[in-house]
Amino acid sequence: MGEVIVITSGKGGVGKTTTTANIGTALALTGRKVVLVDADIGLRNLDVVMGLENRIVYDLVDAVEGVCRLKQALIRDKRFEGLYLLPAAQTRDKNAVAPAQMQKLCDDLREHFDFILIDSPAGIEQGFKNAIAGADKAVVVTVPEVSAVRDADRIIGLLAAHEINEPQLIINRLRMDMVKRGDMMNIEDTIDILGIDLLGVVPDDESIIVSSNRGEPVVTEEKSLAGQAYRNIARRLLGEEVALINLETENSFLDKLRRMFSGKNNKRQ
Amino acid sequence: MLDFFKFFSKDQNKSKDIAKERLKLVLIHDRANISPKFLDMVKGDIIKVISNYMEIDESGFNIKLSRIAQDNDDYTSALIANIPIKRMKNLGKNNG
Repeated sequence: MGEVIVITSGKGGVGKTTTTANIGTALALTGRKVVLVDADIGLRNLDVVMGLENRIVYDLVDAVEGVCRLKQALIRDKRFEGLYLLPAAQTRDKNAVAPAQMQKLCDDLREHFDFILIDSPAGIEQGFKNAIAGADKAVVVTVPEVSAVRDADRIIGLLAAHEINEPQLIINRLRMDMVKRGDMMNIEDTIDILGIDLLGVVPDDESIIVSSNRGEPVVTEEKSLAGQAYRNIARRLLGEEVALINLETENSFLDKLRRMFSGKNNKRQ
Repeated sequence: MLDFFKFFSKDQNKSKDIAKERLKLVLIHDRANISPKFLDMVKGDIIKVISNYMEIDESGFNIKLSRIAQDNDDYTSALIANIPIKRMKNLGKNNG
């Protein structure tokens, strides 16, 4: 029986879809059978991020409404053994599906996959309720900014109200240069405020945009720091204990100079 | 060079610390589902009741939701009011 994990955030644009794509791919690369479910009905995106947009015939709503069999709506990713995508409908709205239907869908998928990752839409309305309906556990994605952290807190409360307890946190787009200056909340600050367990930290990394331009998940890039972070997150989901990547690498002479001048300031980081 | 100046200014004004403080406060309100307007209503009623007994300095009246630490390393929300008293009204005690 597979595990259903919803990836959610409250605020839009913090990287839910990228996170779903990359964790899913990383899990598939370890030999697990994985399906990515795009629950953002009407604003489908997981397909383009995965580079599978040209292969869609049926979608989630078709499968739920019985227009096609569930299997027909699943797109097999030929690049990664065991990875599938269930795309969202683009021309319908979020009311096209009810929570009970999503729950049934998740239960059906459970029988065929090790992991079912659900990419939740932004917001706290119907789409969110659908996305979490069949989930066993939740991953909350945030960036270290006041608006995103506030919304993450709200989502954590709503998840608890729906009895999805102990959600885990991913801090996305952390910029160490800003953290060092004291201009961005660090990992500790964010966890302290939200009070949930940390699943991983993904540094702000240009390679994310480059890879989504190409429709290739960044986890496949050995050298990418973000890719490494996602691979680590996948391993933690599999129960391994993996230390956080050291993001404090000094990459320039200027950095070193700056540290020499402001050594005292950086102590707390 | 910016860092150089910060070195002298004793890093009191780190924007991340401001963010953290603001967030903590806003989340207290979010979690308790209490808006500033609601607090104003509570404030108005408290003034009404207390004014029966003492004269207070309304401009110095301060009420806020806050977090207070508990024994078990946890936090709880608390309503904290600071009410400056100008003088006691002399009723009750003598007249009663």
